Amino acid sequence: MRTPLSVRLFQSLPRTGWLALAIFAAVAWIAIPAAHLLLPEGHALHVSAYTVTLMGKILCYAVVAVAMDLIWGYAGILSLGHGVFFALGGYAFGMYLMRGIGTDGSYGVALPDFMVFLDWKELPWFWVGSDSFLWALIMVVAVPGLLAFVFGWFAFRSRIKGVYFSIITQALTYATMLLFFRNETGFGGNNGFTDFKRILGYDITSPQMRLVLFGLSAALLIAVLILGRYLVTSKFGRVLAAIRDAESRVRFIGYQPTQYKLAIWTLSAVLCALAGALYVPQVGIINPSEMSPANSIEIAVWVAVGGRGTLIGGVIGAFIVNLAKSFFTVSFPDYWLFFLGFLFIGVTLFLPDGVVGLWRKLRGRRPAATETATPTPAATPQGAKA
Amino acid sequence: MSTTMHDGIASSGRAGDSHVLRPGELDLSHKVILYLEDISVSFDGFKALNNLSLTIDAGELRAIIGPNGAGKTTMMDVITGKTRPDTGKAFFGQTLDLTRMNEPEIAHAGIGRKFQKPTIFENHSVFENLELAMKTDKRVWKSLFAQLSGEERDRVSDTLKRIRLQTEADRPAGLLSHGQKQWLEIGMLLMQEPRLLLLDEPVAGMTDEETERTAELFVSLAGQHSLVVVEHDMSFVEALGGQVTVLHEGSVLAEGSLAKVQADPRVIEVYLGR
Repeated sequence: MRTPLSVRLFQSLPRTGWLALAIFAAVAWIAIPAAHLLLPEGHALHVSAYTVTLMGKILCYAVVAVAMDLIWGYAGILSLGHGVFFALGGYAFGMYLMRGIGTDGSYGVALPDFMVFLDWKELPWFWVGSDSFLWALIMVVAVPGLLAFVFGWFAFRSRIKGVYFSIITQALTYATMLLFFRNETGFGGNNGFTDFKRILGYDITSPQMRLVLFGLSAALLIAVLILGRYLVTSKFGRVLAAIRDAESRVRFIGYQPTQYKLAIWTLSAVLCALAGALYVPQVGIINPSEMSPANSIEIAVWVAVGGRGTLIGGVIGAFIVNLAKSFFTVSFPDYWLFFLGFLFIGVTLFLPDGVVGLWRKLRGRRPAATETATPTPAATPQGAKA
Repeated sequence: MSTTMHDGIASSGRAGDSHVLRPGELDLSHKVILYLEDISVSFDGFKALNNLSLTIDAGELRAIIGPNGAGKTTMMDVITGKTRPDTGKAFFGQTLDLTRMNEPEIAHAGIGRKFQKPTIFENHSVFENLELAMKTDKRVWKSLFAQLSGEERDRVSDTLKRIRLQTEADRPAGLLSHGQKQWLEIGMLLMQEPRLLLLDEPVAGMTDEETERTAELFVSLAGQHSLVVVEHDMSFVEALGGQVTVLHEGSVLAEGSLAKVQADPRVIEVYLGR
């Protein structure tokens, strides 16, 4: 009497969860497109291009936050280098967008502008195939996935964990950023890629394309939430949480923690990469600053603000922090970093379980044990006495 | 529970064709389940184990005693793959070289370990603790799609009954009392269906009644399983009734019945000091 996978997927979310997703989908796929296209500018309910792009951007960030929560909240691995996977996904798709400019660039030749500027005569070998949309999609998944797999394999096999792992991930993203800053690396140096014209032949600046990208971002977020929810309620998720709480015990009952960590780590990186690939055409630019260590730390802040080990917390955190960021950088640009600092200190001191934790506390509900929702930092991997 | 105990391991009850080497399987053809020879381990010059030799027979219940620092826990670390010995041999049955296997492989081969300090998954429910420990395919791909069958549920509830935690099944394990946590960890060990159980001070922090029940449980497990129990509580060791090994400074000082080792002048000297 095995339950089919589709039914188990359906069962992994409570009814309120499906309802919330349905409302979200209706807003993202129907209400916002209608308000953007049909209502005239100046109408009270008109949604401006700026708002659509901002929301689409934050949806991509929310996907990254959920991916971060999967490894941090559930597996106890704090990555401070997730920006690198996001950026690589963006670069992989950005290569396709650069090729899509064709001869419409400033120099009027098929070679991307920055290559002409560097006096290169032909495409480097790793740009071969980048004019194919399908190839671009493959590279979006394959390159960050492979990097995460190899990096994770060495790190987890050597049993590097905790703060040491976090520091190495910072180094990873920093080193990759320095590499991409170099013009010789072949990805546009510190200017990166920009001035995109079209996707699959369609104008990238048209309102329709904007809405398609926005809708795809919403779809990705929904898919990632359902997938994440399935994973954390499956036995796989329970093993991950067990690794987080008492790794040596997991080993002694016969699981190979390295393989579990590697699986969720690589999956998390690929999800970030997909988000990055959707992010770049919406904001219209990708450059190495996306890989700066501070960007990766900000991802962890989103999850901490929303609440670790809840999945939805990442979405909430990404929206709160980024909406605040948009507001501050427009109204009080000098105070944004102060606000971010206060937010982080405040959350750490007063809301250890983030906004979701506060909500649960106000409703007087303890998270059920099956959700294994409260990571206990105190429960470090235990073992026998030395 | 006892009916499923033998199914998993093909070598049991196959003494007849024991000369056929079956790689990766436990071979008990010579009635020895654990064989340690001349094991030495040193940490920064300190010899935690010093030419330790010890054999445990299949089905035996063996108590290990010894003063602090005698090497009891280090010995368990060597057997379970946590620590590699500098020299010496460690075999599980006739064929499995423990010094070449890692912890999950050793656990999979059939050695279960209970730590001195109860290590259970505090955020998981009692039921989930047992579910995770259950003998099954523990690779990632299987876990992704794993579902409990009715028979597996029965096995969990049998164990719950055996460790007297039926009423606590859905509570987070972190809320259990210390004695209950010890029992839960023993229950997790039973779910693994190991052939050899290593138990490091299993009754520490238990009430007298719990201690008594634990001794009864261990005695009932002997025969089908082999047990190695490290304990300081002499009345508990007496209740177990098996052979006793005394460790001192990383090697075996004396071996025999409890009465015999307690009468040994060297043992008395070690315990009472010079």
